[in-house]
Amino acid sequence: MIVKANRTCLVIAGLVLAILFVASLGVGADQATLADLWQGSGGIDLLAISRLPRTLAAILTGAGLAIAGLIMQAIARNRFVEPATAGTAQSAELGILLVTVAWPAASLGFKTLVASAAALLGTGIFLMTAHRLPPTQPFLVPLFGLVYGGVLGAAATFIAWQADLLQYLAIWSNGDFSGVLRGRYELLWIGAGLVAGAWLVADRLTIMALGREASIGLGIDYERMLQIGLVIIAVISAVTVVVIGIVPFVGLVVPNLVSRLMGDNMRATLPVVALSGAILVLACDILGRLIRFPYEIPVGTVMGVTGAVLFLLMLFRRPAHG
Amino acid sequence: MIEINGVSLAYDVTNILSDISVTIPKGGVTALIGPNGAGKSSLLALVARLQPLQSGAITMDGLSVASTPGKVLAKKMAILRQDNHLGSRLTVRELVGFGRFPHSRGHLTAEDRKVVDEALMLFDLDDLSGRFLETLSGGQRQRALVAMAYCQDTDYLLLDEPLNNLDMYFARDLMRSLRRIADERGKTIVIVLHDINYAGTFADRILAMRNGRIVADGRPDELITTDMLNTIYGFEIPVTTIDGRPVALPFR
Repeated sequence: MIVKANRTCLVIAGLVLAILFVASLGVGADQATLADLWQGSGGIDLLAISRLPRTLAAILTGAGLAIAGLIMQAIARNRFVEPATAGTAQSAELGILLVTVAWPAASLGFKTLVASAAALLGTGIFLMTAHRLPPTQPFLVPLFGLVYGGVLGAAATFIAWQADLLQYLAIWSNGDFSGVLRGRYELLWIGAGLVAGAWLVADRLTIMALGREASIGLGIDYERMLQIGLVIIAVISAVTVVVIGIVPFVGLVVPNLVSRLMGDNMRATLPVVALSGAILVLACDILGRLIRFPYEIPVGTVMGVTGAVLFLLMLFRRPAHG
Repeated sequence: MIEINGVSLAYDVTNILSDISVTIPKGGVTALIGPNGAGKSSLLALVARLQPLQSGAITMDGLSVASTPGKVLAKKMAILRQDNHLGSRLTVRELVGFGRFPHSRGHLTAEDRKVVDEALMLFDLDDLSGRFLETLSGGQRQRALVAMAYCQDTDYLLLDEPLNNLDMYFARDLMRSLRRIADERGKTIVIVLHDINYAGTFADRILAMRNGRIVADGRPDELITTDMLNTIYGFEIPVTTIDGRPVALPFR
């Protein structure tokens, strides 16, 4: 009965994403409709160099961030944390900023590596602290995350200001797909690999959300799983910051909404979370392209508004029981 | 057989457990009793390798709980703790199914499903199996957690105050189920109890703790006497005999 309902969610999410995918290929400043793209010779280039990479980038970013949020919530055992607000993205930003100051000529791959390492460290510190906070006060964890992320963000701003890199910082701190072209987004596929990896350990992640003692009781190597989870969260966040910039709220609202609908058994929910994250980000990017057509609004901004509205709706509507 | 040898535990300067050595043979129900803060839960947590041993050794059928891989021990013992703060939205059936994880590693076989169904029946959860945990009462959730531990199908079952939140009907029901599991399937059950009369009725052996030490160890009829209870709890408890069993009346 539940299995059937879960499958319905998956099929619906898949269909919606497919529709958005096609729509995204047809929307852009160059007014080529899908039909033109199909017939004209230049159309194929436009598609292959710009629109397809952009669409794929949005899908990969959305799926990755939603899964990173899901895992972070499971590990922190708190529904109100996500990498973009609790210091992971800010640490990645700080990492890439420092490597840019110290070694401006470093390759994108190397910068991503440094950003990942910084995100790992920043998230590790956050989770160590989160695990020490009393579980009876669930709102301390996101509150601490906000302050912590804010402090890291402020440090990044200060360093960028000193080094005259504020413009760069703006690129990393507000996600935007308009710069995505073939050859400039492929790092995001690492995120897809990590999402697939998370799917393989979905049962363990569900058990981890039950706590350390339940995990040990069921024979799970808790410390090891914690490390795996941390790496997934940090690398997905870092790659996104480097290639696209920070996209807020995806990691927060998507796992929560799916949990309302389907519960927290990740073997069932993980694919739906990934698809829904992709849907949300792609929809916001299409919206950003349409609102002031032919100009664009960055996806980070659109998501800031959409995500906040979704989050408020979530808070005001009580979870469905049953 | 669980062998506990010279186990001590201290946080900062506070001694929680002081040099405990005791052997719990295979089979039967052993009750751990004692006042709050006696160290019962800490001892159980050490046996269940939830906390690292500071000194001494604990083995279970010869396997050291400190060095045996968690995967192996998960098929040997199941533990139910008393502070079970569950934030996850799982259905009762999903939760109980996770008890099979040490055997199935995630993919439930037909055999696993049979065990899950059996556990749901045994703990009166079949009507609730599709409900999310957060919609259950404290007692129902407690039963789901016991069913999950049962599903692990281990030789040893360690339960820390499983009667919490249960009404009289389900408390008795749970104790009878545990007794039956011990008798019919040869399981070894170690259970922390606060109600000494449940211990007296259902346990084969009672271990009494106080201030981090074992102060009494024996059959229920040996331990449930006014003198012994005074040693353990530090106040006068009248004991009477009903149907040949000692019953403590710590009410006045």
